[in-house]
Amino acid sequence: MKSRIDARFAALKAEDRAAFVAYVMAGDPNRATALDILKGLPAAGADLIELGFPFSDPMAEGPPIQKAAQRALKDGMTLKGVLDLAAEFRQGDDTTPLILMGYLNPLVTWGFEAFAQAASASGIDGLIVVDCPPEEADPLADALDAADISLIRLATPTTDDRRLPVVLRRTSGFVYYVSVTGVTGAKEADAEAVRPAVARIRAASGLPVAVGFGIRTPERAGAIAQVADAAVVGSALVDEVAEALERNEDVTARVLSKVRSLAKAVRLARVPPLPA
Amino acid sequence: MNAPTHPQAPPATPNDFAAYPDANGRFGQFGGRYVAETLMPLVLDLEAAYLATKEDAAFQAELNGLLTHYVGRPSPLYFAERLTDHFGGAKIYFKREDLNHTGAHKINNCIGQILLARKMGKTRIIAETGAGQHGVATATVCARFGLPCVVYMGAVDVARQRPNVFRMNLLGAEVTPVTSGASTLKDAMNEALRDWVTNVEDTYYLIGSAAGPHPYPMMVRDFQAIMGREIREQILEAEGRLPDAVVACVGGGSNAIGTFHPFLNDEQVRIIGVEAAGDGMGTDRHAAAINGGRPGVLHGNKTYLLQDAEGQITEAHSISAGLDYPGIGPEHSWLHDVGRAQYLTCTDTEALDAFKLCAELEGIIPALESAHAIARLSDIARDVGKGGVVVMNLSGRGDKDVATVADHLGRTI
Repeated sequence: MKSRIDARFAALKAEDRAAFVAYVMAGDPNRATALDILKGLPAAGADLIELGFPFSDPMAEGPPIQKAAQRALKDGMTLKGVLDLAAEFRQGDDTTPLILMGYLNPLVTWGFEAFAQAASASGIDGLIVVDCPPEEADPLADALDAADISLIRLATPTTDDRRLPVVLRRTSGFVYYVSVTGVTGAKEADAEAVRPAVARIRAASGLPVAVGFGIRTPERAGAIAQVADAAVVGSALVDEVAEALERNEDVTARVLSKVRSLAKAVRLARVPPLPA
Repeated sequence: MNAPTHPQAPPATPNDFAAYPDANGRFGQFGGRYVAETLMPLVLDLEAAYLATKEDAAFQAELNGLLTHYVGRPSPLYFAERLTDHFGGAKIYFKREDLNHTGAHKINNCIGQILLARKMGKTRIIAETGAGQHGVATATVCARFGLPCVVYMGAVDVARQRPNVFRMNLLGAEVTPVTSGASTLKDAMNEALRDWVTNVEDTYYLIGSAAGPHPYPMMVRDFQAIMGREIREQILEAEGRLPDAVVACVGGGSNAIGTFHPFLNDEQVRIIGVEAAGDGMGTDRHAAAINGGRPGVLHGNKTYLLQDAEGQITEAHSISAGLDYPGIGPEHSWLHDVGRAQYLTCTDTEALDAFKLCAELEGIIPALESAHAIARLSDIARDVGKGGVVVMNLSGRGDKDVATVADHLGRTI
């Protein structure tokens, strides 16, 4: 069976447009709202969804996602709870790829094989583990292979030609290019600097390349969508959660509205302007 | 027929502790390099640069010169006669790391790493600190070599360790209070890692404990092992034999591993670490990763960690800020699992009693960290017995702790 990730990227390629990937933190600010947001994402224009699972010590995240993780943990979210959310989402959507993103220790605690089977049963398509480089990934990759879940690898500005093959070993689905050196949501990605990196990774992997870590605005998302196969936005979306809470506004509406504006920019990025 | 020649060394066994970590930075299942991909090329470069210094005579000469003339090595091995009489068992010796420049063992590692940072052409130094001892040692070597220094310190620790914050400022370092998480040491380490991943070109991360991703646990151990090598020489001179036991307190574990490592292959030497039990092991307020935690992954390595049932890291608690960390260096986790070392615990109250006892009987005010090891000497000395010899690493002096101790004794100073 063709994976949801492969099917989605193939369909987008036929449309000649990039994917918009929305990152949200599972359980942020609480389970019910997070489920509403998740269910609303595809209609708002998310082509793929990255679902963060919270960790107490997220060393590669900037303040927005750190705080989102704390809100989710405070509300009692667990890794099992994240898979339950995913399973509920899957009941109404069998095509949008769901990628889990987080840190290794909760997976170590569950046990890789048991986790992978449970994740597969919940409709998870891929997994990104920030603190698990290829050198340490084989036991996890074995468990995910057995459950037909893609282990999505990260390439970064420090990934030179010598290292790229190491990073791409045993990867499938797509490659995530971390467009800036730094934590999530801090620096801005420069589309012209990203262009050659994406081309290099695409050629070496034969896979679509998603770009993230430095995209906050529709303008930036549109610019990245012209050079990459997908644009990922995370911190800017969890910031909407924080602001809605602060102003006592409807969290779901605010997040989905932001998703719509970002998704629109990605959809129009490669459409030539109408002749005058 | 000639005996076959082996082009490579025979495979390492737990009988050759010097052969660890392996090429992947593993001590058995522990250690490794669990860092974000952005940092992988950096830790690989660091490992190569560090290994090259071992063959670099000029580097070694500069290191040894600084350890002698700047740090004040070798530190004395002191026979603690009155404590020995008090406990009535084995002879007790203190390795006097409290007499080093900056007042603790931390400087040994900082000297080594600052020379390495210079050799690698790095122009900016970052560090994490809990109580501020490693921060002060890092600020000191940065001042000595004219490099800018940023120290990440939990906001809670900044508030309770003001004198050390001022010392770092005097030495020219910028102290950045960390308000994420619980605002203590583990959060300071997260923030230092976030800085490093952001400033990959020019910045050297000077880790103070034998923890973090490979090669840090190995490198910090090697720089600290000068203590164990000196102990070996000094005790042979004083007693004509190796000690029956070597003892040290363990937080992240750099003073302990530096003491233990040169004795690991001597089966007759007992290796004893002492973890901080805070309010007691029956409570959830302690910092004993081995005695009260289980293996997991944090800050770049696999090791014993304090964590909840879901794998979320929990807060450590100890009267001693230097032991107030939810993890432990990976080599200790392995030494525990293979049974080569024994890890005991000591509560806040026991450490305070030992702190006072040492001051009153020996005229030495020990760091609260070291007082945890002193507290267990009574049992260990009795166990080893008269005629035996025990060496304890007095890893630092207690000037920094007098306000904390006064506070706990209900005294105002």
